[in-house]
Formats: sequence, C-alpha cells, structure tokens
Amino acid sequence: MKVFRRNLIGVTHPPLAEEIKTNPIHVQIRDVHKSYGDHHVLRGVSLDIYRGKTNLVIGPSGSGKSVLMRQLIRLEKPDSGEIWVNGVDFARLEGLDLAARRRTFGMVFQMSALFDSMTVFDNVAFPLREHTNFPRKEIRTRVMERLQGLGIAEASHKMPAELSGGMQKRVAVARAMILESEILIYDEPTTGLDPITTEMVDDLITEAEDMFGVTSVVISHDMASVVRIADYLNFLHDGQIAASGTPQQLLQTDHPATAEFIRASRITLE
Amino acid sequence: MSGAAPTASSAPEEPGKVRSVARDVGQWLAKLLLAPFVEIGALSRLLAESIFWGIRPPYRVRLFVEAMEFVGIGSVFLVSLTALFVGAVLALQLVDGFRDFGAENQTGAVIGLALAREVGPVFAALMVTSRAGSAMTTELGSMRVTNQIDALVTMAVNPVQYLVVPRLVAGFVMVPVLTMLFSVVGVFGAFSVAVFLLGLDPGVFMDRLQWLVDWDDVSQGLIKAMVFGVAVTLIACRQGFFAKGGAAGVGRATNRAVVHSAIAILMLDYLVTSMVLGEGFF
Repeated sequence: MKVFRRNLIGVTHPPLAEEIKTNPIHVQIRDVHKSYGDHHVLRGVSLDIYRGKTNLVIGPSGSGKSVLMRQLIRLEKPDSGEIWVNGVDFARLEGLDLAARRRTFGMVFQMSALFDSMTVFDNVAFPLREHTNFPRKEIRTRVMERLQGLGIAEASHKMPAELSGGMQKRVAVARAMILESEILIYDEPTTGLDPITTEMVDDLITEAEDMFGVTSVVISHDMASVVRIADYLNFLHDGQIAASGTPQQLLQTDHPATAEFIRASRITLE
Repeated sequence: MSGAAPTASSAPEEPGKVRSVARDVGQWLAKLLLAPFVEIGALSRLLAESIFWGIRPPYRVRLFVEAMEFVGIGSVFLVSLTALFVGAVLALQLVDGFRDFGAENQTGAVIGLALAREVGPVFAALMVTSRAGSAMTTELGSMRVTNQIDALVTMAVNPVQYLVVPRLVAGFVMVPVLTMLFSVVGVFGAFSVAVFLLGLDPGVFMDRLQWLVDWDDVSQGLIKAMVFGVAVTLIACRQGFFAKGGAAGVGRATNRAVVHSAIAILMLDYLVTSMVLGEGFF
C-alpha cells in the first residue's frame, strides 16, 4: 500500500522515493532574465533543482545568486523566462494564486530576518498560527520540539536581538521548516558564522533533506560547506549558469571561470 | 601660443556640453514637477491595496487592538498637554484682543468654534504624526531593510494586510477620538485662563460657547479628523514600507513622512473645509 505524504498546509504527495524516481526534477528554471535599469543581472539562467536533494548555487559575489533566489520565490517578477514548480509556471503567477502557492517554499534569509518584535517562540510559531488551525497546546508542542532539535529550546523566551548570529540562524531555519514546506531556500546560510556553527547549519540542511524529504536550494560561496552538503552544484557566472553537475563533476570541470573559482577556494574532494 | 591649442581643440565640444547640461537641468526639473504626482499615485495604490486586503479574511483582531492602543492611548498624554496650552494661549490672545472693542464675552464661543472645527483636528493629527507616524515609518522601514517584510511574503502572509491595514484603521478611528479629547481639554485650558487669570465670567464663557458651537461644527471637525487620520498613517506606512538604503535610508524616510504628513494635513484641511462649507476649492 502506498503511504501518501501530506504536509501541514494540506499538500499531498506520493511517497518520496517513488516521486524521486518518476519525477526527479522539482523545479525547472528556463531562460530567466532580470535587469535593474541598465544593469542586466540575470542573462538567461536555466537550471534544474532535483527533488529531495541539496542543490547549490555557487558563484562569485555580484554574480546574481541572491537575485536568482528572489525570482525563484517570486519576491520579484522576472523580466522573462519560466520557473516550473509542480507543473505550474511561477513566473506567470499573480495575486492570490501566487500567495497561495508561495507556501511551497520556505526561506532562510542571509541575515535571518527574524521578527524583532517577537520572541524566538513566537517567531517559530508564526507560520503555524497563520496557516493552521492547531490549538495553542499543539503549536507549543511542535515549536518546542523543533527548537529542541536545533538545541535552542532554552532561548525560546528571548528576543532575537539577545541571540548570537548562529542562534538567530538556527531560529530562522526552525521557522522555515515548521510548515514542512516542500522546498527550502537558504541564502548564504553560513556567512559570518564560526566553523562549529557552520558545521551545525550544514548538518541541519542535510537533516532536513534526510528526515523530511525536503528539496534544499542553497546559495553559497563557502566552498567548504558546498563540498560537505551538495548533491548538485550550479556555478553562476555573469548572470548565466556556466557549469552544473555533482561536486565531483564540477571539481574536474575545464570551464575556465568555474575551474578558477574552485582553484582559488583550494578545495579538494576527500 | 602654447595656450591656444587647448582652446582650439576644446571649442567644438562646447555646444555638446551645453546641450548635456541643459538636458540634465530639464530632467531634474521634470522630476521635481512630477514628484508630487508620483507620490500621490503611490499613495493611491497603497490605499487601494489596503482596502482590497482590508475586507478579506483573516481579520487579525489583536493587531487592530495593538495599533489602536499605539496610535490612540499612546498619544493621550501628548494631545492633552498640547491642547491645554493651545486653549490657554487662545484665551490669552482673544480676551486681550476682544477687550479692545468690548467683545470679550464672545471668547468662549470663538475658542469653542475654532477648536471644534479647525484647531482640534489639525493639532491632533500633527501630534499623531510626530509621535505615532514617525514611529510607524521607522518600524516598517527597519523591517524592510532587514528583510522582515520579505520574510512575511515568503510565509504567504500579505504584508499590506498584516502591517498597513491595522495602522490605517487605527488612524481612521483614533484621530477623531483624539480630536474630541483635544477640543475638550483645549476648552478646559481656555476656560481656566479666561476665568481664573483674566477674570471673565464663567457663566458667560460657557453660555456663549454652547450658544455658538453645535453638532455641525463638531461633526465637521470629526470628518476632517478621519481624513487626516487615514492620510498621516498612509503616508507613514508608504514611506516605511518602501524604505531602502539601510539605517540612513530609514532616517530619510522618517523625515519625509513627517514633512509630507504636515503638508498633507494643511492642504487637506483647506480642501475638506471647502467641500464641507460648499465654497469651492479656489
């Protein structure tokens, strides 16, 4: 008997293993362009995001990684191109349709973007209060479970300003995961963190994939993290995907800009 | 001779340079002239969006109560204090002026009329702007530059519905309440100075006030207060909601919000007064 998966916002999916086999590509981005005035940032980006895997977008600063993520989650509308998610072109969605389908995604912002007028608990409980009818006790249980899993339960009553950068990042991850969205986007999740916290965040990303079957999209230029967590790598250069593949494939690429970027980061596969 | 060569070589560039400067000045002037219309367009769009999202569920009662508490209850002390002194100084000026032609018994009537129709709504709105409006812009601006508004969007929560609508409703409801408070405290301040300091008869003061000021005057002030309440919160929210440029950008947005609100209050005061009195705009 098939055990169908149903997340907190009522989206039902076939078992993950079956879906990965029959429909491995979760998001298809095709020929996406984005300009700000005369500055043409994305110049026809095309890439595939694989279901239930950790997909990384790497590239030098200013190459358009964050802009690409803003198009993917439709914080901005691309000038042209297509973004197919579960058979729907996100690039064309507007208004209430777009608002409803945004719950497919969760996002961890570079600077965490926690609500500074709410406690840690309220930040993590916020999506549940907005999108579910759970009683208060159920919300408390779920939030505390998630905070305990991330080792920050003791900070539940604190305000975000009282937390270190690493703790804020963990709260942001907890908030992004609490609705069990299908796709989690992490914008530079380890920037500015110490090595131990960086490793903890990396573990969180892979745990989300292993435990919940989440498709992860990570923007990063921290190559140590990249090699540790990536299933698929995409190198963004001059507003286009210059190279894609597994970490092994990219480390052996002969594409000049990609090879130069990897050489400069002094990373090898062990 | 050595200076002749550069002069000769630069001469053909002069018309191009003049054209370029003229074009820059022209663009700057066009931008300056169009700026008010661009701003009114942005405000109208935000107002329309707020109405669209305001009538749609979910209705977050807690947010409405919090916004009303912040705009209304939080402004009670400031509004009362300013009303007391505005009433007092009006009494000082009017009793002194009216005594020159023996009309000081009209002081209560004129002060009551002025407070109910003009001074109450205008001052209450200005006080809300300086206290609550500036704070709204700073709060929303900080949320914008730290991606908190983007975070709301990614969690499928409409930020206009969540952040702007409760503040607009609070302005619409609480500025009229503060206007009534301003008028009452202002009359008290005027009465105290006119009667206890300047020796006016208390019975005459109150009798003239009740004789001249009626419900039409009060309602005129309340209509203005509702318009001002929406205007100042809309301007504050618009400036904060679209702030950019980090902490400095939030500071500039707050500055703009206070200046634009003060101008809007005085311009709208004229327009609403003209409409209510049926006198035409110009």
